Amino acid sequence: MTFEQIIFYLFAGVLVIAAAGMVTVRNPIYAALCLILSFFTSAALWLLLEAEFLGIVLVLVYVGAVMVLFLFVIMMLDLNLDLLKEGFARYLPVGLLVAAVVAVEMILVLQSGPFGATQPAAPAPANNTEALGEILYTDYVYPFEIAAVILVVAIIAAIVLTLRRRPDARKQDISQQVQVRREDRVRLVKMKAERSGKEA
Amino acid sequence: MVEFLNNLLSSFLPDWMALLVVIVLKIVAIVLPLILLVAYATYAERKIIGYMQVRLGPNRVGFKGLLQPFADMFKLIFKEIVIPAKSNRFLFLIAPLLAMGPAFAAWAVIPFDDGMVLANVNAGLLFLLALTSLGVYGVILAGWASNSKYAQLSALRIGAQMVSYEIAMGFALVGVLMASGSLNLGDIVMAQSGSIFSWFVWPLFGLFLVYFISGVAETNRAPFDVAEGESEIVAGFHVEYSGMAFSIFFLAEYANMWLISALTALMFLGGWLSPFQGLTFLTETPVIGLFFGNGIHWLLLKASFFMLLFFWFRATFPRYRYDQIMRLGWKVLIPVTLVWIFGEGLAVALGWQPWL
Repeated sequence: MTFEQIIFYLFAGVLVIAAAGMVTVRNPIYAALCLILSFFTSAALWLLLEAEFLGIVLVLVYVGAVMVLFLFVIMMLDLNLDLLKEGFARYLPVGLLVAAVVAVEMILVLQSGPFGATQPAAPAPANNTEALGEILYTDYVYPFEIAAVILVVAIIAAIVLTLRRRPDARKQDISQQVQVRREDRVRLVKMKAERSGKEA
Repeated sequence: MVEFLNNLLSSFLPDWMALLVVIVLKIVAIVLPLILLVAYATYAERKIIGYMQVRLGPNRVGFKGLLQPFADMFKLIFKEIVIPAKSNRFLFLIAPLLAMGPAFAAWAVIPFDDGMVLANVNAGLLFLLALTSLGVYGVILAGWASNSKYAQLSALRIGAQMVSYEIAMGFALVGVLMASGSLNLGDIVMAQSGSIFSWFVWPLFGLFLVYFISGVAETNRAPFDVAEGESEIVAGFHVEYSGMAFSIFFLAEYANMWLISALTALMFLGGWLSPFQGLTFLTETPVIGLFFGNGIHWLLLKASFFMLLFFWFRATFPRYRYDQIMRLGWKVLIPVTLVWIFGEGLAVALGWQPWL
């Protein structure tokens, strides 16, 4: 067994356990942490496959940013688990149906096309960050730009949806505060001494 | 030397085990000096801020107080770790480790000299960005698991602050990567070779400032240390921690400061490259050439300079208000980086110096 295989089985084992833990643990914080762990270990597996860009970006985007916000929200909520579990029996048939559909779809996809190949079509380039960048900005530049525009629109839409003007709220204008100069706040007053004594 | 060790080990061990032993030895060779640096950074901080405030600083333990870090360490080791009632015991204990892990793991891709690096990763810069973004978990979990409102407030503050400043930091690094044309830290340093005027700090001065300011904010140092704000939330996320658990947070903070200092030196000030590069009458003289030539000592000197800046800031600036921190990050630093990157993109496209 090579060193690489040992590492692979180690990470694969952790990944499976973490993924199972994510759906089974009761505490939502633990579930989020399990999800983070499984993201992290799958990134490590990608690194083993020499897809370093994808692996690192997975950590950067999902672990570093998205899951932080997830944790944030979960910590702020006062979760009542009993309330969440109330409709379990009622939703069970729908859930089972969806699970079955997803499972069938996955089996169909995995049995067809590229997944059947034993060898990759082309060997991975040594520096695949550079290779990905070149393809993304030459062959796929329009789809890439369109995706970027859609994301910007989504951001603006999200901001507009949550933005509400509240005329009654008091707030501070920071830029005004930062631009304050000494002359606006301090007035030096020259005063004559009351007594011209030596005791001071 | 590494090859010799490798050959020696593989003569009686299986290949993978020899590899493992060599890697572990390299890690020890990086982490041990790093911990010493961290220990003496705390001493240097107290001494420097002491002098700035016309005090003596620690001067009791050892000559001029030089053994103070060890005294502090022994004190912290022998203190009891108090676990608060109704806290989440597992997360409470694992949080300091989550804070420290990324702070040390990031050093894997830092080149100390030409070829002197634990993992010469192609995407080293991305790796660093990914790892520094992980440090926030330790703090957030510490805040939540402590079951204390001060710690919780601090965790919220620091979470939002770190996520925001990471964006400015990432954009500043995009500028570096455009200038050097590589994500590998060794290549980034080598792209700055030539003379002191080839360092990226000159063409990328704005990004350099943005990067260091965001670095100060990322490490929660004054003037951005609202997560610890003594006056309003006592000590922030580590109020409930004592003994070793607290000192691990401390260790992580200082390791992160060294990391930011070393990275600023590597990416903007030419890392291990000597500022006297190109002046052959200095670098080729037999004895003093060793000092004036390239070498790890320049990286150390440059990183130490940025550490001094950290301490200097702390002694000089009053703490920012939280909303002003957010404004600085989102409305000042990020626009600056965007404009700078746009200008740099134009320069690269038109083939201007120094990116020919």
